[in-house]
Amino acid sequence: MHAAVVVFPGSNCDRDMKVAFERAGAKVTMVWHKDTDLPKGVDVVGIPGGFSFGDYLRCGAIAANSPICQSVKAHADRGGYALGICNGFQVLTETGMLPGVLLRNSGLKYVCKALDLKVETSNSAFTSGYNAGTTITIPIAHHDGNYFADSDTLKALNEEERVAFRYVENPNGSQQDIAGVLSENRRVLGMMPHPERMAERTHGNTEGATLFASLVGQLADA
Amino acid sequence: MKARVHVMLKNGVLDPQGEAVRHALGQLGFDGVEGVRQGKVIELDLNETDAAKAEQTVTAMCEKLLANTVIESYSVEVV
Repeated sequence: MHAAVVVFPGSNCDRDMKVAFERAGAKVTMVWHKDTDLPKGVDVVGIPGGFSFGDYLRCGAIAANSPICQSVKAHADRGGYALGICNGFQVLTETGMLPGVLLRNSGLKYVCKALDLKVETSNSAFTSGYNAGTTITIPIAHHDGNYFADSDTLKALNEEERVAFRYVENPNGSQQDIAGVLSENRRVLGMMPHPERMAERTHGNTEGATLFASLVGQLADA
Repeated sequence: MKARVHVMLKNGVLDPQGEAVRHALGQLGFDGVEGVRQGKVIELDLNETDAAKAEQTVTAMCEKLLANTVIESYSVEVV
């Protein structure tokens, strides 16, 4: 299983993501934002957390228009997998690969803490290792994680079981407590919480590692 | 020529920053402020001499990068 982790100026969770993939058994290549092509044979592209391009203009907007994102989009269009965490989720919404957008937190403050998430579906390569309905503890660290989408989009997300995670206690004003969403083909996941920061015993628990293990396991079998 | 782009959150999208400004104005004793919306102004210097073309180009820039039309509306003014 081969993962590529994209690095933008201002990314700061790229190496954490690399370690999480590696511990799950994946081979990882780091990819610079100016590269035009993904390495051959990449199964999944990881878009890490951080503050790509200083969050200038809108979070993720400038990264979404970088050369590598054209390739990431093409990879997803071919049925490839992509995982965007935190700023990576913002980038995926800005490219249009995932619906909706992340607005400024309703409380206006940057929020950084571990909190409870409800796993809404186990029907995806990312979440197959969890039981739907269970609660896991994963940290968040964001200023702009307030998920917004129009009512038709929300209806479709619910009907198609594409909400992957919801906050048990909403920290940012997200509509319907949404913390993470899947694409139509369920192969692109964007989420604000950081599973890579809850992936080793020293982090507190390993509930985030399950996501990487599920993904690597599913793709290794494929 | 110059172009000026105004980007605003669409009506119906909660604007917590505008709301915080409204609250602060009330605290300062400015009564009667019923709503505040906060947006962005982006000024562009263009080497274009045709106003219609400039407006067309800047509109394309708004659609592609300067605004996220899921939540934002924009207006283009060529000066």
